[in-house]
Amino acid sequence: MVTVEMNQIVYQRPESLADMPTHYCPGCTHGVAHRLVAEVMDEMQIREKTIGVAPVGCSVFAYNYFDCDFVEAAHGRAPAMATGVKRVLPDRVVFTYQGDGDLASIGMGEIVHAAARGENITVIFINNAIYGMTGGQMAPTTLPGMKTTSSPSGRDVEQMGFPIRMPEMLATLDGAGYVVRRSLHDPKNIRMAKKAIRLAFETQLRGLGFSLVELLSSCPTNWGLTPVESLRWIEEHMLPVYPVGDYKVAQALAGLRV
Amino acid sequence: MPRELLKGNTAMAEAAVRAGLEAYFGYPITPQTELLEYMSKRMPELGRAFLQAESEVAAINMVYGAACTGARVMSSSSSPGVSLMMEGLSYIAGTEVPVVLIDVVRGGPGLGNIAPSQGDYNQIVHGGGHGDYHPIVLAPSTVQEAIDLTVLAFDLAEKYRAIAIVMADGNIGQMMEPAELPPMRPLRTEYPDWSTRGAEGRERRILSSIYIDPKEEEVMNYRLMQRWRTIEANELRFKEYFLEDAEYAVVGFGTAGRVALSAVRAARAEGLKVGLLRPITLSPFPYARLDELAEQVKAMLVVEMNAGQMLGDVQRATKERISLNFYGRMGGITPFPDEIHAEIHRMVEQPLPPGSDPRAAWLDSFASVLHVDGR
Amino acid sequence: MSKQTEILIAGFGGQGVLFAGQVLAYAALDSGKEVTWIPSYGPEMRGGTANCTVVISDEEIGSPVVRNPKAVIVLNLPSLDKYEPVVAPGGVLVANASLINRAPQRQDLVNVLIPANEIAEEIGDRRLLNMVALGALLAMLPVLPVEAIKEALAAHLPERHRRLLPVNYQALDRGAQFALSQARLPVV
Repeated sequence: MVTVEMNQIVYQRPESLADMPTHYCPGCTHGVAHRLVAEVMDEMQIREKTIGVAPVGCSVFAYNYFDCDFVEAAHGRAPAMATGVKRVLPDRVVFTYQGDGDLASIGMGEIVHAAARGENITVIFINNAIYGMTGGQMAPTTLPGMKTTSSPSGRDVEQMGFPIRMPEMLATLDGAGYVVRRSLHDPKNIRMAKKAIRLAFETQLRGLGFSLVELLSSCPTNWGLTPVESLRWIEEHMLPVYPVGDYKVAQALAGLRV
Repeated sequence: MPRELLKGNTAMAEAAVRAGLEAYFGYPITPQTELLEYMSKRMPELGRAFLQAESEVAAINMVYGAACTGARVMSSSSSPGVSLMMEGLSYIAGTEVPVVLIDVVRGGPGLGNIAPSQGDYNQIVHGGGHGDYHPIVLAPSTVQEAIDLTVLAFDLAEKYRAIAIVMADGNIGQMMEPAELPPMRPLRTEYPDWSTRGAEGRERRILSSIYIDPKEEEVMNYRLMQRWRTIEANELRFKEYFLEDAEYAVVGFGTAGRVALSAVRAARAEGLKVGLLRPITLSPFPYARLDELAEQVKAMLVVEMNAGQMLGDVQRATKERISLNFYGRMGGITPFPDEIHAEIHRMVEQPLPPGSDPRAAWLDSFASVLHVDGR
Repeated sequence: MSKQTEILIAGFGGQGVLFAGQVLAYAALDSGKEVTWIPSYGPEMRGGTANCTVVISDEEIGSPVVRNPKAVIVLNLPSLDKYEPVVAPGGVLVANASLINRAPQRQDLVNVLIPANEIAEEIGDRRLLNMVALGALLAMLPVLPVEAIKEALAAHLPERHRRLLPVNYQALDRGAQFALSQARLPVV
């Protein structure tokens, strides 16, 4: 018979996560994404050599939640700022944490060129198909027909264009070492997401170029759904448009098991 | 070091390298491109960071990131590119990290042209980015000054955790003059206690321009403004020519200042008691010295390669006490000394009444300049 | 003679306009004088014409450009048309007769109409035409001796071009000789 030591804590706050409450809405998957990044930093023991770059958007205060050095970028400019840090400190680990408005709208130029240069940084890209911080406006990744506060009748692709699939696009660039999409809507996918984040940081440590993990995320508040409904909504509505998958995996990573 | 014949753009670049520059990020734009080209060869040669960014927007944000590591870092650009950098400059000011920028000003507005101009005075000196902040602005008029002020820019930026901008123009950038470069300084090995270089063995550090609580933001603004008063008290620089016994004064900076020097000399040779004040720091601005001069001289003539952007600051200092006159060339035209010489005569013989509008008077007479200039 | 001399050199790109000005500037520097060299740049360059202004002085130089330079070298016709009218009265105008089919009109100048291309070709390299013209100018303009230009060339010519020093000296001398014998002095 197995006895369980009652004072043994099996689920703890990762060291790389600061001991403080976040400002995220209940049910938002930013918390999950933060935790995965922090767990990976712990496992790889890179907390003390990591510099994070926070975006503008819901995760603007990400710098408060990670227990590592952090800088705060202007809207969309995180990849440029990360480039500046990394070029001066090539032996440190540098990552950006960006939402869809930040990365795929105002920061499109910076992310494409960082990938094209094979900038040795890691990008955690949160796609929840909406502008969260400003209160639910249309994002570049908003689904066709999806209602937002700035597309009240639903996104009309004739007028407002089509969703942008970032990993598919960035994977065409030779500088990209590891570009994948994962989802945070259920435990299995969350475990896959963590592996991907680990691989992205491994890509950087190995000097294999630009790495990006897109994470399909929920926004219960601005979607007007409960947290559980939101997770289902990711599965039913986002996955068909944004398929989970590996879009670019450098040859040197193929055999790596994490 | 012996004096060598050096070109302004490359001299500023080498001066920055010798001042301990660790990283350069830029984007090609005439007439500063030689600076970027020089860096593209020189920095990698020394094992230091160089990157041609995808835009000026990206370049200034790369500078921002590198500055957060405590490294000596700079960019260079020309007017339209600097307009694009304004967002980044405001963030840098709000984060209180030291950055050096060289602006080789060209004719505008818009795409304008690539000829020498001083049309960036307002966007550089009086901000351009949002919020309350003052960059330190240094205006060289010779290649030697361009070298010395580039080195000074790094020291001042670091001393005050501020932005230091060397504002030159295409004349300074393209000109060759005998000049002496400083000795190569060793790169630093210790970094400031605010720099984000990885939290090894210490508490984490955060660099941000966010103060979400307005009360904290106000404290930060107060800190910036108090620091600016210290800079105003300590870092004012200008050069005077023939002012001891002057009854008339010309005020001009950079190329306009040195062209004015030729005109002032010609007027002196005729026996006119005229002198020249050439501000070297445009920000902080020599208000106090101009205030004194307003008590000494009968009239002043402000000369600029724009439509009177510094004129407003001179007006603020002289407070309608004396005849204030203005002469400007716009759009990328460098005045010839004889034009300023003629304006000195106009100031002496037909001074505008104190309190009148020098810009309006200048514009009224400017049509004749356009017709007779022949350029 | 005032303490400052301004020399403008103009011609097609490829005629060594900027280099001639730089050699002059080096010579001034090596002679302990103040000097500025400033080129035209930008679209003008793209159009195939080039010019530079060299100011040599005993004191801190004010303006690096002037409306009426004391001396002008024009190596082609468009440059003669443009700059003949602006030479300061009593100044020196050296015009490249090889590419200019008219005589300068100004009577108040020292005029040297010199077949610089032909002289350079006689020496063996047409690219020396800028040194021929510079030699002619300095024979007529007491700002620096031709010897100072030779010393500047010897001191500053890149290693790979040093074998060209003797022909450059020859070009300077031939230009000076031509000017001393053929210059048209101002009609006073």
